[in-house]
Amino acid sequence: MSSNARAGRPSRLTRNLSAKIASVPMMLTAVVIFLGGTVWTVVYSFTSSKLLPRLKFVGLDQYERLWSTPRWLVSIENLAIYGIFSLVFSLVIGFVLAALMDQKIRFENTFRTIFLYPFALSFIVTGLVWQWLLNPEHGIQSAVRAMGWAGFDFDPLYNSSIVIYGILIAALWQGTGLVMCLMLAGLRGIDEDIWKASRVDGIPMWKTYLFVVIPMMRPVFVTTLVIIASGIVRVYDLVVAQTSGGPGIASEVPAKYVYDYMFQAQNLGQGFAASTMMLITVAIIIVPWAYLEFGGGRKRV
Amino acid sequence: MSDRGHLKKTNLAATAPASITTAGPMTGLADGPRGAKPRRMLSTRTVIVYGTLFVAAAYYLLPLYVMIVTSLKGMPEIRLGNIFAPPLEVTFEPWVKAWSSACTGLNCDGLSRGFWNSVLITVPSTVVSIAIASVNGYALSNWRFKGADAFFTILVVGAFIPYQVMIYPIVIILREIGLYGSLYGLIIVHTIFGMPILTLLFRNYFAGLPEELFKAARVDGAGFWGIYFKIMVPMSLPIFVVAMILQVTGIWNDFLMGVVFTRPEYYPMTVQLNNIVNSVQGVKEYNVNMAATILTGAVPLLVYFVSGRLFVRGIAAGAVKG
Repeated sequence: MSSNARAGRPSRLTRNLSAKIASVPMMLTAVVIFLGGTVWTVVYSFTSSKLLPRLKFVGLDQYERLWSTPRWLVSIENLAIYGIFSLVFSLVIGFVLAALMDQKIRFENTFRTIFLYPFALSFIVTGLVWQWLLNPEHGIQSAVRAMGWAGFDFDPLYNSSIVIYGILIAALWQGTGLVMCLMLAGLRGIDEDIWKASRVDGIPMWKTYLFVVIPMMRPVFVTTLVIIASGIVRVYDLVVAQTSGGPGIASEVPAKYVYDYMFQAQNLGQGFAASTMMLITVAIIIVPWAYLEFGGGRKRV
Repeated sequence: MSDRGHLKKTNLAATAPASITTAGPMTGLADGPRGAKPRRMLSTRTVIVYGTLFVAAAYYLLPLYVMIVTSLKGMPEIRLGNIFAPPLEVTFEPWVKAWSSACTGLNCDGLSRGFWNSVLITVPSTVVSIAIASVNGYALSNWRFKGADAFFTILVVGAFIPYQVMIYPIVIILREIGLYGSLYGLIIVHTIFGMPILTLLFRNYFAGLPEELFKAARVDGAGFWGIYFKIMVPMSLPIFVVAMILQVTGIWNDFLMGVVFTRPEYYPMTVQLNNIVNSVQGVKEYNVNMAATILTGAVPLLVYFVSGRLFVRGIAAGAVKG
């Protein structure tokens, strides 16, 4: 290292050379995998690839077939239900928990540890635990019935009309701790004077939260929203572990559709088309956000 | 995220005599009149706050409790008894069976194989991904070159692209270089997908270090690697720990990459666990399944409980990426 320094002021080229060489993995990843891979998949989604990728273009055939496949429609419907409920519930539960945690409570660290530990667990573990808890013969349903409420029905995993809510319960258990943490960080960033001012003005606490604090936390909410949303589109392991898409195809999700068509049904074209649809879904969420955060919204800060 | 030193409400001072002393140092400037009036109102509120928190805590703890209890029961007791009841007879047999003789298909050597596979995957993946990403972050924050930010932008945007979109091209690339199905291939994959968030993490951290240090080292003739190893790394140990926590839990918990990029003999623990529990043949042994589930969750849980605050910091950093 001293050798190139001794040559007086190192020229721009040599000085940057080490950095450039060291950044080669990053450049390769960015260009070849992230950019190249995405473009490749999108291009091949217009081909009739079956077992192997072939550049035989068939226009929008794969997409037409995709949108006429019942399994894909069920997947999309599930994703929509799961997505909306998980957004709403995790924001509400996460915020309420954070607000409670922010009341200068005792044992704050203990509570935080309890709320957040499921987040350390994998979706597979989460799915399997809830599969067991929701087991109709041995799980919560039978425990409640044994307590004397014989008509109690709670078997979401075996009822195709509500199975997605069974998955939602598990997902909320796993993920709300994270939302709570983000919200708590946001609440801690609110200036003390705001609270003092609203107290002086005699505004009730809930009103202060609703009309002062939450609007002030807009950036935190937006970030959290983006995080939850991009997690929702990816949901895969949880479904595989909890229901394997069943009963029947009642709990299928797009990510599982992609995997199954690419690696099991040997129908690559369908897999590519479905993954492109996932990409579009993410883009619909991300692009407006990125625009607001880094584009036009910059001036307001 | 500091908990202390904010005088949001005057509630603490009124809850109990003990907390008056706790709140003592802080009360100086805020509350003037201290009387009986707030007391009753606040105590109702305290009940609501703590009540809700305890109910929520019970909900979060319940699955863990059920897992442990179930794994310690024998099968007859599970069939007859209540899922929430503590075991009448504690048995560790399910644990032994889950670890050493549970079956996936024809293999009956238990989860231990998956465990060691996961170790073999997680350790090198963590080391390699952190090594590469920290150098990236360092180059991006201290040795900016033309176009570097463009690559970085692609990387960060790429973090949002669903994995499913990029999986197949990676399969092809790995097949071309002969690493598809091997542990090395999986290590590369984890390095790739860990790169956006880790690079961001390191870039932001290094950018926060005083620039004078870097300049002084430059004046003293240190080069790219010299500054990295002698100044940046020793000064950034906390962020390396955060990155390690992030990667160890993330890679250990991964399922999709393990399924796609490895052969069955290298399946990580999560994949093997899923195969054991969701296998269709044989009688379902719920106690063994739960023992296996706890075993799989044990490593990230341990990391979580040991690291505490740093874990929170890691996910907060991860959160920036999404």
